Amino acid sequence: MGHDFAYPPVDFETHPDRYKHWRLSIDGDIATLEMAVDEQAPLWPGQYELKLNSYDLGVDIELADIVQRLRFEHPEVRVVVLTGGLDAKIFCAGANIRMLGMAPHAFKVNFCKFTNETRASIEDATRHSGQVWVAALNGTASGGGYELALACEEIWLIDDGNAAVSLPEVPLLGVLPGTGGLTRLTDKRQVRRDIADVFCTKAEGFRARDAKRYGFVDHTWPRSRWEEGCAARARELAAAARAAHPERTGPGVALPPLSRTDHDDGWSYPHVDVRFHHDLDDRAVTITIRGPTDDPRRDATTWSLQAFRELDDALLRLRVNHLGVGLVLLRTEGDPDAVLAHEAQVLQGAETDWFWREVQLFQARTLRRVDNTAKTFFALIEPGNCFVGTLFELCLAADRSYMFLDDDLANSIRLTDANQGVFPMASGISRIEARYPGDPDAVEAVIEVDGPIDAEQAEELGLVTAALDDIDWEDEVRIAIEERVSLSPDALTGMEQNLRFGGAETCETKIYGRLSAWQNWIFQRPNAVGERGALTMFGHPERPVFDFNRT
Amino acid sequence: MSHVNYDERIPNNVDLSNDRRLRRALEKWQPAYLDWWRSVGPQIFADNEIYLRTAISTEPGGWANFGYVRMPEYRWGIFLADPEPDRVIPAGDFAGQPVWQEVPGEYRNILKRIIVVQADTEPASVEQQRYLAATAPSLYDARNLFQVNVEEGRHLWAMVYLLHAYFGRDGRDEADELLARRAGDADKPRILDAFNQPCEDWLTFHCFTCFTDRDGKFQLGALAESAFDPLSRTCRFMLTEEAHHLFVGESGMERIIRRAAELHKIDPNGDARAQGGIDLPTIQRYVNYWYSYCLDLFGAEVSTNAADYFATGLKGRWREAKDYDEHTALGQTHRIEYVEDGTLVPRDVPLRNAMNEVLRQDYAADCARVVSRWNKTLEAEGLDFRITLPHNRFHRRQGIYAGHYFDPQGNLIDEATWNARKDEWLPTDEDRAWVKNLMKPVYEPGKMANWIAAPRRGIHGQPIDFEYVRVD
Repeated sequence: MGHDFAYPPVDFETHPDRYKHWRLSIDGDIATLEMAVDEQAPLWPGQYELKLNSYDLGVDIELADIVQRLRFEHPEVRVVVLTGGLDAKIFCAGANIRMLGMAPHAFKVNFCKFTNETRASIEDATRHSGQVWVAALNGTASGGGYELALACEEIWLIDDGNAAVSLPEVPLLGVLPGTGGLTRLTDKRQVRRDIADVFCTKAEGFRARDAKRYGFVDHTWPRSRWEEGCAARARELAAAARAAHPERTGPGVALPPLSRTDHDDGWSYPHVDVRFHHDLDDRAVTITIRGPTDDPRRDATTWSLQAFRELDDALLRLRVNHLGVGLVLLRTEGDPDAVLAHEAQVLQGAETDWFWREVQLFQARTLRRVDNTAKTFFALIEPGNCFVGTLFELCLAADRSYMFLDDDLANSIRLTDANQGVFPMASGISRIEARYPGDPDAVEAVIEVDGPIDAEQAEELGLVTAALDDIDWEDEVRIAIEERVSLSPDALTGMEQNLRFGGAETCETKIYGRLSAWQNWIFQRPNAVGERGALTMFGHPERPVFDFNRT
Repeated sequence: MSHVNYDERIPNNVDLSNDRRLRRALEKWQPAYLDWWRSVGPQIFADNEIYLRTAISTEPGGWANFGYVRMPEYRWGIFLADPEPDRVIPAGDFAGQPVWQEVPGEYRNILKRIIVVQADTEPASVEQQRYLAATAPSLYDARNLFQVNVEEGRHLWAMVYLLHAYFGRDGRDEADELLARRAGDADKPRILDAFNQPCEDWLTFHCFTCFTDRDGKFQLGALAESAFDPLSRTCRFMLTEEAHHLFVGESGMERIIRRAAELHKIDPNGDARAQGGIDLPTIQRYVNYWYSYCLDLFGAEVSTNAADYFATGLKGRWREAKDYDEHTALGQTHRIEYVEDGTLVPRDVPLRNAMNEVLRQDYAADCARVVSRWNKTLEAEGLDFRITLPHNRFHRRQGIYAGHYFDPQGNLIDEATWNARKDEWLPTDEDRAWVKNLMKPVYEPGKMANWIAAPRRGIHGQPIDFEYVRVD
């Protein structure tokens, strides 16, 4: 099969009616999510089987959908118990190795990134929505299976003399755990590094006794007290979550399918357009976000939620289905005041109403999806734009921003409360803070500006990369674009990721950064994917052969 | 403790009295083993004198010393078959190189796992059979049961020896866990499912020793071809003992079949049950059940682990060194019939990945030879009935045929047909109740329960009415 496998386009939308791999049941404020992967329903039919509850992107797309829908559609749920739904003594065997073995490199990277974002969304739901995810490991959790558990607030492991937790990637596959396993061991669970070293090189991992002793899991119960132990602990956690988030009551808000229209030049949603630049061999696209034309409503069609869901979907499609696109030009069109009105509803509503808070949290996640996308973003701020407040975060997320300098200084942007920490980056700080590293005065000065900011002032304050008048605009922007799409995409990805995440690290930035650097390097090395590499050889009759030279 | 004469207490050929590490490990483990034996070993005749065979050396005859012994005083020993000079690795990537006398670090964990899974079956069967002597059909049978039990105990010792001697602290932990798990226990079950089923009647016992212990024979045979020489030597010695277990099962089944044939002929309607025996169709259903269950023990038809075990030389094929000329198994395939869209589709898979299936086929051929010997008995009794083995696809719960339905001939059938006919093919509740009802103890020397024929000869040249168990 090799590295030339041309995979079909991936659709990131799904619905509970179509789930193949998960069973969700809700009893009062406790949801039970059983992983029961249909081994005959992989993302690429006929290419591999999803044995032993191993997962691929298709399985994870469903999981991401579940995390999302629980937050919006089931606000009453306080605890989500994630458990194995197979009869076999296995919770989850991790990412499907045959799929990884045949997938092109770019797909592997995007697969890992998406699964990481899903794990991060589980932690986000636990931390910010009072929906506490716990992993009830009723069988062995290995590799990505244990990493999935690591994303949960607590890990419970059945003590039956067989079930174990493990990260066997190094000894079995010659790669690293790809969904934050190593970082979460040291930073989240604070496992001692030498014990972690033993654990990560021992393919079979640790069973209940050692796993509990060294902090790899939180609770263990023997089989006869398993159900009872899990239920009691779930009730305790639910009571605590109820007390912490009393506002999460009332009926949920259903998330309807997005409406997308494909056309020759790209695709469109009601609020978002994606248009390819054929003249640049489709190596660039323009994403245009249209501002609201109606009033906010407390349902899923309200602009603040729908437009961001559309943007989120567009980003995922671009990442996975359009690898050739290196540059995304971000534009907005619409009435800035309407954007501000919707934003005010979200920010004020979020203080008392879980729905608006969820909308705000979702917008934050979508903006982080931009930060983590391995494509260049240039914001083009032109007359008629509505880059204000929440939407101005897109300019701050972009690698560069170009603002049209018009004669009457009508072209403007605007900062609001939304730019002051409502939408933190993965590093935990706002994009404004990240923009002026080590210069809190500059942050202060920018925030103090009240009202619209014209192009001259924006350039002066450092809010845009360049303000260009009508004489320069066309040429400068064209040259910037043409230059960008000519540079090495690998070097650009590395450069952008370095520059975007200045300042201190968090568990989350480490996870993405180390995935990009270490894992993606190891994934390319002959010891993993060469003719006799460990990943290539897995499941084959021959054994791997290593080049033992260290770098 | 240093004054204890280890070689007297624990017969061995591993120089135990001069091995500090091993002695320290066993000093702790042995009392725990005896506690285990007391609490979940044989509960009937637990302290009676039994006419048992004890291995005290690997010299010819030394492994089979007969005499009366109380089971808790049995001298469980540690024996490895004598080393083969200049033995080379039989199979895999290192075939032809000298065998390993120490465990290579890179294979330590998988080798330990292989040993633990094998070792776990040994105490399990003792636990499963602990009340069985309460319904022994004769003292001869009770004695055979106990012989099997003490030797399964010795096999546990043999495996624990490897864990203690070669796997450091992890090995000691695993040895302790082997005594902590219990067959059928809700919290600490044995690793393999077949070893968690209770064994409560003697038809089951004989099926178990015939079919399940035969799985053990083939697993030990594959491990006897290991690159790790101490494992190979241990397994070769265990195989000599395993042969007796298989004899108990095969001859026990033969006696039940022979008696069924006799009762069939006595009864005017050919109904062995009416004569207080077990009828041949019931025996056939038990055979179907146990044979298919045991096929599962060999693992998935196509297996990455199986390929790894072979590639690294940890396991070979049955009689790898003797029966094969080519030992890498590379560039060869094995044909496997997959179920696809309601039909069977043959596919060629790399031979190494099919090693479980290769071993399963060797096992199946061995079982077929056993069945043909039983059928000679039926022929001699003048009956047309013949015992048959069901197809390898029948009633499988593991591997590629699990979740599909097959008749005993291996034809794919639908679920409705299965449900309609499964009582013809597998033991029914009524069968089990009938067999259970027949289980009454017979403790008079030389007497047999009505449903089983007398053995053709006694143990170690003793007569059949010998007092194999001293009842009082």
